[in-house]
Amino acid sequence: MLSRRIIPCLDVRDGKLTKGIRFQGNVDIGDPVQMARFYYEQGADEIVFYDITASSDRRDIMIDVVRRTAEEIFIPFSVGGGIRTLEDMRRVLLAGAEKVSVNSSAVRNPEIIRQGADAFGSQCVVLGMDVLKVPVSETIPCGYEIYINGGRTATGLDALWWAKEGRRLGAGELCVNSIDTDGTKEGYEMTLTRMISQAVDIPVIASGGAGLPDHFRAVLEEADADAALIASITHYGEYTIRQLKEHLAGRGVKIRKTWE
Amino acid sequence: MIAIIDYDAGNLTSVKRALAYVGFEAVITRDPKVLLAAERVIFPGVGAAGAGMASLKRDGLDQVIRQVRDQGTPLMGICLGTQIIFESSEEDGGTPCLGLLPGRTIRFPEDHHSGGRRLKIPHMGWNQVRPLRPHPLLDGIPAEAEFYFVHSYYAQPADPALAVAETEYGLTLTSVVAQGNLAATQFHPEKSGPNGLKLLRNFCTWDGRDA
Repeated sequence: MLSRRIIPCLDVRDGKLTKGIRFQGNVDIGDPVQMARFYYEQGADEIVFYDITASSDRRDIMIDVVRRTAEEIFIPFSVGGGIRTLEDMRRVLLAGAEKVSVNSSAVRNPEIIRQGADAFGSQCVVLGMDVLKVPVSETIPCGYEIYINGGRTATGLDALWWAKEGRRLGAGELCVNSIDTDGTKEGYEMTLTRMISQAVDIPVIASGGAGLPDHFRAVLEEADADAALIASITHYGEYTIRQLKEHLAGRGVKIRKTWE
Repeated sequence: MIAIIDYDAGNLTSVKRALAYVGFEAVITRDPKVLLAAERVIFPGVGAAGAGMASLKRDGLDQVIRQVRDQGTPLMGICLGTQIIFESSEEDGGTPCLGLLPGRTIRFPEDHHSGGRRLKIPHMGWNQVRPLRPHPLLDGIPAEAEFYFVHSYYAQPADPALAVAETEYGLTLTSVVAQGNLAATQFHPEKSGPNGLKLLRNFCTWDGRDA
């Protein structure tokens, strides 16, 4: 059967990792390519780069990161952040990424999802969603609202509606990031993840809140997520991917064990 | 020299990069002369069967691939390339394909369930490839190895003897097929980590004989 995926997320600004990631041995790694390589060897099933480079004239640096990564690692990786046009998508994919992720830009211009899916196939297009829990209302019947601009701007869009709409437009995968749980280390947003995963027939990646190995088991098993995004839980050496996977395998969650 | 068939089907450079990593130079080409002279040929692909076949026919590559097969050159299909090797595909309202192997490519069922859980389509991610019989392409690869899949259609060989390995996704699909100098995978070895690289290396040293 298909394995559930563990996907480290690397934030990149101007071609460098934003957080000085610190591992056993206290080696600071600033190069996203080296870091991707490290996770590849550690058993990551996929890698996500999130480009937070502010100025658009420095985007070529990210393309270079993608190209160098594609020469070093042979698992899928995706790039999100700053993807606004079909041309942005094309450049990232041609440089060697497997997928592109759109978030705020898809809220402003939903057609980018359709255009990307038509040009490159649905499997290349990930819809990223930043979601905040809000009171249930007529406009937000599911009780979760879509935010954009790094979680700063409310959109008035119902998260469940947007997930289905993204699927309808051609997204091949959803990455559902909970603003509420992000950074708390108290576990993924189970209700939100389950609601969306059960409402769409495409894979759903849960994001935000991982702090303990059992948080993965919970979101993959109980909330039906197909994959889980991780950042600080492994970036700072608290756990290795192997430890997370051993925990999951020991509890009957199907994960990929053969990466060496 | 290894030739990768260029027919506008997705990211062909990832195959070239993976081959370079295991020490084999490859060219991406649609030039029949280069393809017919190559020591081995890879027929990769991401995308849809209809557009893929249209592109092959436009450049006369459908005939070239048949010639490559007939002259005994080791030939490997990947994903869409594998599906197109069969006689037809359900994709794009029914697409006649190359017919190098008997069988057809069909879609996963709409409402696909297993063990009470809805299975997502595309079948995307890592899944186990269980060998059914030995083949040089799988030499040195553990029987429980997982490979990276991303597809909504899969090929059903008409002859069970063609199947080299199988994979479970709510149903049992053939994930590696082979006959003579032709071998093909439904998964993407170029995205499947060290085991995928090993499979590509095996292809690069394969003499084109089945088992």
